[in-house]
Amino acid sequence: MQRRQWMSVLAQATPQEVDAAWRGHGLSPNFTWLRAPTFCLVMVRGRVNGTGTPFNLGEMTATRCALQLDPGGLGLGYVAGRHKRHATLAALFDALLQGGGRLADDLRRTVAGLDEQRSARHRADAAMAAASKVDFAMQLAEVPAGEAMGEDLP
Amino acid sequence: MNMSTVIRGGARAIAASRLLLARRRRGDPSIPPVSVMQIREQMTLAVGRVMAEGSLYDRTLAALAIKQAQGDLVEAAFLVRAYRTTLERIGTTEPISTGRMRIARRVATTHRDVRGGQILGATYDYTHRLLDFALLADTETTEQELPAGAAVPATSPALHPAPAAETMLLDADLLEPVSADDASGAEPAPDLTREPLTLPCRREQRLQALARGDEGFFAGLTYSSMRGFGRMHPFISDLVCGHVEVEIIIPETGDLVAIGEIEVTECRTVHADAGTARFTRGYGLVFGVGERKAIAMAVLDRSLRTRELGDEVVYPAQDEEFVLMHADNLDASGLVQHLKLPHYVDFEAVSQMLRELRRRHASASEDAA
Repeated sequence: MQRRQWMSVLAQATPQEVDAAWRGHGLSPNFTWLRAPTFCLVMVRGRVNGTGTPFNLGEMTATRCALQLDPGGLGLGYVAGRHKRHATLAALFDALLQGGGRLADDLRRTVAGLDEQRSARHRADAAMAAASKVDFAMQLAEVPAGEAMGEDLP
Repeated sequence: MNMSTVIRGGARAIAASRLLLARRRRGDPSIPPVSVMQIREQMTLAVGRVMAEGSLYDRTLAALAIKQAQGDLVEAAFLVRAYRTTLERIGTTEPISTGRMRIARRVATTHRDVRGGQILGATYDYTHRLLDFALLADTETTEQELPAGAAVPATSPALHPAPAAETMLLDADLLEPVSADDASGAEPAPDLTREPLTLPCRREQRLQALARGDEGFFAGLTYSSMRGFGRMHPFISDLVCGHVEVEIIIPETGDLVAIGEIEVTECRTVHADAGTARFTRGYGLVFGVGERKAIAMAVLDRSLRTRELGDEVVYPAQDEEFVLMHADNLDASGLVQHLKLPHYVDFEAVSQMLRELRRRHASASEDAA
């Protein structure tokens, strides 16, 4: 797993999931802030017609931070929304994951678990949406005219 | 504002007014206060509108603004816009890929069978529009179970199946090519939050202005353009709501990293164009779930291409200046509400002018007599 991948997984997990994952390791490393968690803005861009020239859609909030482990490497946290603890924990994970060794392997498994949790959430969302997919073939079977207008759709 | 006078002596009254506002916001103290989280989770369409018109995606802040503004969504958008000025912007995202949206709802109206199908999702379209008194009695049951027989595939990442209807039209050579309406300039379009809109503007600027403009104004304009003041006969080829990943380039490493997801509504419309004997396109994209806004945005986007497509601009909904310069609800609300400020000097000047006119009329009639 590359750095950009674990940073993405950590950012896309919920703050609660990251918090629980961090607590599971019982770590409290020493570090100094290079940049304490700060709220900031990012301009979100869309594309004309979905695929064309980029345009500015509007801004979103984000939180970023940078820290230096003592001893150890530099960790970065970039997460959507205003979540200082989420950004902090993402940066701690990031710094420790670069360290290698057994701890990094353990943390890597944790991050893989976070990725799986997100996938499970997405599968559940997709299943709910799929349940409301219109099946025209079903409608044609002996449905009174009024109901065929869609009044009885789930 | 430049014509109003400075008024002193109102400080005590203003303090009392603020207290009254706080009391009014709180309402009957015997009723529990509504929490920001309740608004965020249960008033999601209001939250979406405030994010779109406040031009800032942050559900919690939008909910806070709605609570603070007693549900006045225009005032809430104002609060959000004021807050955003306190934060540093660290960059722009990669353009979001709506083609990779995790869709919660998808409607395509031009063909019965389109790839990906029709996914109703959560919509009021098939409800009876009768008041639900179970909600009043607080006896609503939160039905978590899907109805019997509803097909729930175990795995199917409901990714947006591309704009399937558009693809069908393109294959049949019935739709303008993408390049025809995509003026890819080498220079990125100016950002409305940094540079004021100048006319005529590029389509990218227009889409930014439409994305943050007032939903009510756009719904009315779109209605006018379809009713007889704009020759608009749109079809929705694709309307989707769902989540898209947001990716930024991390300055420290140069890596492209996903920082989270946002919920958006995207609408694609197609419009018959007699001149080219093809369909032309309109495009709408807004923060949150906002179908009325996304549809109106797409229709107006196409309507504002009138000149580009070689037609004469006749109606308000085709007029770039009319639509874009009056679309911002902060600007509109600001000018309308500034009328409440003291205008004593202004008023006295106008009164003097009227007295002078009357004097002249009187002397003119005497001369004539």
